[in-house]
Amino acid sequence: MSVIQVQSPGLLSTVQDLGREGFGPLGVSASGAADAISLRVGNRLVGNAEGAAALEMTLLGGTFVFPQSAIVALTGSDFGATLDGSPLTLWTSAEVKPGQTLRAGATRSGARSFLCVQGGIVEKLFLGSASTHLLSGLGGHQGRALRKGDVLRIGPATAPFQKRTLSPRALERLSPRKLLRVTPGPQSVWFPRESQQLFYGSAYRVAEESNRMGLRLKGPPIVQRSGGEMITEGVSLGAVQITAGGQPIILFVEQQTTGGYAKVANVISADLHSLGQLRPRDEIRFEQVGWDAARALLLEQEQLLTSPDLFVL
Amino acid sequence: MRMPAAEAARFQRASDQSLLIYFGEQITLDAHERVRKLLLLLEREPIAGIRNLHPAYCSVLVKFDPLKWRHEQLEEILKQYFGRLEDVTLPEPRQVEIPVCYGGEHGPDLIDVSEIHRMTPAQVIELHSSTTYVVYFLGFVPGFAYLGELPEALVTPRLPTPRRNVSPGSVGIAGRQTGVYPVATPGGWRLLGRTPLSMFRPEQDGFSLLSIGDRVRFTPINQQQFAALERA
Repeated sequence: MSVIQVQSPGLLSTVQDLGREGFGPLGVSASGAADAISLRVGNRLVGNAEGAAALEMTLLGGTFVFPQSAIVALTGSDFGATLDGSPLTLWTSAEVKPGQTLRAGATRSGARSFLCVQGGIVEKLFLGSASTHLLSGLGGHQGRALRKGDVLRIGPATAPFQKRTLSPRALERLSPRKLLRVTPGPQSVWFPRESQQLFYGSAYRVAEESNRMGLRLKGPPIVQRSGGEMITEGVSLGAVQITAGGQPIILFVEQQTTGGYAKVANVISADLHSLGQLRPRDEIRFEQVGWDAARALLLEQEQLLTSPDLFVL
Repeated sequence: MRMPAAEAARFQRASDQSLLIYFGEQITLDAHERVRKLLLLLEREPIAGIRNLHPAYCSVLVKFDPLKWRHEQLEEILKQYFGRLEDVTLPEPRQVEIPVCYGGEHGPDLIDVSEIHRMTPAQVIELHSSTTYVVYFLGFVPGFAYLGELPEALVTPRLPTPRRNVSPGSVGIAGRQTGVYPVATPGGWRLLGRTPLSMFRPEQDGFSLLSIGDRVRFTPINQQQFAALERA
């Protein structure tokens, strides 16, 4: 069986697929790739099913040795990756010869880069998924981020190498956004007009303490009407909850399944992948859209992802 | 007058791929049982396109495939389920005992809690361990059971500043709730003790020691018993 040897893991590299849905009643959130679109496209570039497990790197990539040949693709943000010193093109499938070394560096754009390999990374599934859930130490490669010396197994090759590149038009339309579109949150009426104006009119900075559980934001504090008492309830991916101090937290892929803060808004499905590319100190804004618009944007995105001209050969 | 279930439930859109069902606006056993009945009914007769359910005290968050359903379509289907909740019989609750070593390094807030309520630590332990609690739901992190309700005399607010790291197995109280931290997480609940049992066991059937609807009692144990159980 082919393997990848981890020579250096980078800042925070984990095995991720599209996550495990359906275990909310156990308190287990879906987890999965922080930028699902990059994972899906990367897998298709190498000829995998779009939900195959791959490596998710964060801010600073790692160094990986391939003792056997492999077919790979890097997607997401530009980590200045090289193969034996030669630059690797993002969003393009590439052949790796036995013994070659893939080195990813510090990001030149967003927070995350994905290394997809034909055959996928093979891990024992936990609740049907190979995704790592860091907080609870479940899934992925021994429930943790990669370390130097780890050896990752690769599934069998499925197809001969074919060079595929994401079309420039698709790349542009799928690129991450800093103006996040949201629908009203379940407690949006708890926030008076002035608070809403402040929320939608202000820029927020992504705080250093952000991670796969949630993105902490810093900006003008948002006040809610007094009197409303929250009873802990289920929370959804992309929920913008307002803490006691008035600062927003966007719940992300390793989210808690329930929570007791009021939610002013929720990032639309079509923009969730953008959250995975936000870096600490990035500045973001929120824009409210209607329910039909949110649905139309997702439909358009899915149509693009399944269109025959997604790739140029 | 008791309202029919279908009318007493309220829908609220949570996101473009989820909706909340509220069975009332406060924590009651009646609302809790309707949450359980809906989960049971949806387990027996799943609706295609529902991806996940996040139950809580008196609500259920339903996550669905937004390309398959619009909120209003799914609401119409769910209403038919509400009309049948009264016919669902819940299984007899399981009784689970959880051994707890109270105080000392395992329960760093026991003294503070007893001082807040002008009791002795022994009285706090006696009150906490002589109540049968209901597992209202599992949430927050894998295997975290929200247990209620705490005896009135023990109701205590959360810590003003949460701890950065709470040890797995720690037994805490917050407001009218009590619970056991399954994994090391930050946490603002006041810690009375610790259990040597693992609350979430990925290698075992059922995964979680506790399930929604279980009845739980805490049994005080000493340090020697704690150490022996931890080794077992």
